[in-house]
Amino acid sequence: MSLRLFVSRDAGAIAVGADEVALALVQAAATRGVAIEIVRTGSRGMYWLEPLVEVATPQGRIAFGPVTEADVPSLLDALASNTPHLLRLGATDEIPWLKRQTRLTFARCGVIDPRSLDDYRAHGGYKGFERAVSLGPDAILNEVTASGLRGRGGAGFPTGIKWKTVAQAKADRKFIVCNADEGDSGTFADRMIMEGDPFLVIEGMTIAGLTVGATEGYIYIRSEYPHAVEAMNAAIAAAKRGGYLGDKIGGSTSSFDLEVRVGAGAYVCGEETSLLESLEGRRGIVRAKPPLPAHHGLFGKPTVINNVLSFAAAPFILAEGAKAYADFGMGRSRGTMPIQLAGNIRHGGLFETAFGATLGELVDDIGGGTFTGRPVRAVQVGGPLGAYFPRALFDTPFDYEAFAARDGLIGHGGIVVFDDSVDMRKQARFAMEFCAIESCGKCTPCRIGSTRGVETIEKIINGERVAENLALVEDLCNTMKFGSLCALGGFTPYPVLSALKHFREDFVPAPSTLQAAE
Amino acid sequence: MTAAFEPWNETRGAEIIAEHANQEGATLVILHAIQEAFGYVPEAAIPMVAQALNLSRAEVHGVFTFYHDFRHKPAGRHVLKLCRAEACQAAGGDVLAARAEAKLGVSLGSTTPDHRVTLEPIYCLGLCATAPSAMLDGRLIGRLDQNRLDALVAEAQR
Repeated sequence: MSLRLFVSRDAGAIAVGADEVALALVQAAATRGVAIEIVRTGSRGMYWLEPLVEVATPQGRIAFGPVTEADVPSLLDALASNTPHLLRLGATDEIPWLKRQTRLTFARCGVIDPRSLDDYRAHGGYKGFERAVSLGPDAILNEVTASGLRGRGGAGFPTGIKWKTVAQAKADRKFIVCNADEGDSGTFADRMIMEGDPFLVIEGMTIAGLTVGATEGYIYIRSEYPHAVEAMNAAIAAAKRGGYLGDKIGGSTSSFDLEVRVGAGAYVCGEETSLLESLEGRRGIVRAKPPLPAHHGLFGKPTVINNVLSFAAAPFILAEGAKAYADFGMGRSRGTMPIQLAGNIRHGGLFETAFGATLGELVDDIGGGTFTGRPVRAVQVGGPLGAYFPRALFDTPFDYEAFAARDGLIGHGGIVVFDDSVDMRKQARFAMEFCAIESCGKCTPCRIGSTRGVETIEKIINGERVAENLALVEDLCNTMKFGSLCALGGFTPYPVLSALKHFREDFVPAPSTLQAAE
Repeated sequence: MTAAFEPWNETRGAEIIAEHANQEGATLVILHAIQEAFGYVPEAAIPMVAQALNLSRAEVHGVFTFYHDFRHKPAGRHVLKLCRAEACQAAGGDVLAARAEAKLGVSLGSTTPDHRVTLEPIYCLGLCATAPSAMLDGRLIGRLDQNRLDALVAEAQR
C-alpha cells in the first residue's frame, strides 16, 4: 500500500521550502523503494509549521512540521517503522491552534487538492450552488441578507443589499467582479483561498451571477500573486470542463463564465472604482460615487463587485442556511472573519473565528507574541490604512463597530505585530510615503497632502519646531480624512493619527532623553 | 533562472497585440504580454497599441506610466524584489534592505552598472506570516535573514 502524503503548494509554504521538501520526499521514497503519493494542497494557515507534511492514516491525517529537506530521510524512516519523530505534531485536526478556529470559509483550505474539481465536490463543494439553483434569485437574496454578511474587503457594506441593487437594475449586460487586489500588508487570506480552494471563489461568484442575472465575471488578481493567478486559471479551466462554467451550468438553465485579469502593481486598484477603470484598460483613477458600481459599474453596466472572501462566504451560507452563518459573531458583525496574524509574530497565519475575539487574545494568546521574544508594543490592524493600537487597547473586540469606535478599522482582517524596537515616527512617515507613492492623483488632499505629510513628519523627526509641526500634521490629516475621494487619502490619517495619539512619546522626546542625546 | 526575452521586433509586437486586441478593455492585457515577450515595453509599441485599440497615443502612454509593473527599459539579468511593506518592516526588513543596497552598491529601484541585478521594492507579496520576504526572478523566499539574503544577492550577481 502506498503512503499518501500532503504537502502545501501555497506560496507562503513554497517560500519556506515546500517544493524542495516535496521533491526530497519523492527522491528519498524512490531510493527506498517505497511507493508514495504526494497531494499538493493549500495551506492550513499555520505558517510557523510550514513546510507542513501530513500523512493519511486510518485514524485521519497526522502532521509533521516544520520539515526541512534534511528531515526527509528520518521522517520516511519513522513513517515506515511507525516510530516517533521529533517533528510529529499529532493529528492535524487536534492541533489546538486549528481546533480553536471556526472554519466556515476555510473549511477545505489545506485539506483538498485545489486542482481537483472532484475533490472539491467530494468535500461539499457546489452544495451551495445547487441549493441556490433550487431557491431562485429572491430566496437567495433573502438568505444572503439574513446571514448578515458584510463586505470582507474592508468597508463592511451589507452584501445582500449590494446584490439586491444589481438584481433590480435593468440592463442588457451585468457583471460580477471579484476584487482580488489584496494589497494590504499583513493580509493574505484572499491569496490563500485562491491557491487553496479556488473552486469556492468560482462557486461564490456563480451564485452571485444567478442571483442578479449576470452571465459574465472577472477576477482581478494583483500581479504580485502569480501562484494565485495560476491556481484560479487552472480551476476555471477545470470548472469549464466539468460543466460548472459556460452554458447551462451544473445542469441548470443559467450561463456564467469567468476570466482572470492581472493587475500591474497599483495599490489603489484595490479601491473598487479604480479597479473597474483598470479592468476597462485605463489608468486606475478613482471614480466619484455616485453613480454606484451597482448601477453604473464595469463598462457602464450594473456590477456586483465584492472581495474574494465575500464571494467565498456565499456557498456556506447557501448550503447551510443564513442562520448557521449568522449564529456566529457579535452585534452587527455576523459570521466569521478570517483573521491574518502577521509581521513580528511567533504563531503567524490564518485564524478564522467568529467576530468578537479581543485583540489581546488574538495577538498574545493565539499569536503567541513576537518571534523576537521582545514585548509587543504596537499592532497595525487593517493594512496600511489601518490604525496602530497600543497594548492599552488590547481589550477591543474584533468587530467592525468596536474598532471604528476607537478610531480604527478591521479592514481586511490583517494584524501586523511590532515589538518594542519600533519607531512610530518612521511608521507614521511610511504611511504618508506609501500614500504618496500609490495615490492615483485625482484628488488634491491625497495627491499633495501625502507628500506634504512626509515632509512635515520628517521635520518632526529632525526636531524642527516639533509642537507646531505636530499640529500641522493633525490638521493635514483632517483635510485628507474629510476631503479625499476614496479610502486611500481618506484613511491614511488612521495610522498617522493613531501613532501620534497612542505613541506620543516617540514624537515628543522627554527632556531627559534630549539631554542624553546631546 | 533568467527568463530569455526576445529582442524588440515590430512584426512580433504586432502579432502579440493582434492576439489580444479583441478582448474587452485589452490595454493592460496587451502591455503585460509585450513585457512578457520583450522584458519591457518598448516605446515603439505604444502607438501600435493605440492604433489597434482605437485609442490615442496619450491614453496608452497614460496607462503605461500609471502602473509600477511596466518597464521603460530592460531590467538587469536578475530581478531581486524585497518586500518593503509594514509586515516585513516589523520583522526586520529595513536592515535587510539597507544590507542589500550596500552589497549591490545601488539603491532600491535601480540596476547595477554591470546590468546583472535590478533591485526593487515591492509592496507586499502576501507572505506576511513568514516575513521578511523577497522574490528573485519569480521565486519566492520567506523568513529572510542576513545569511539567506547574502546567498540571494550572491546568486543574483552570478
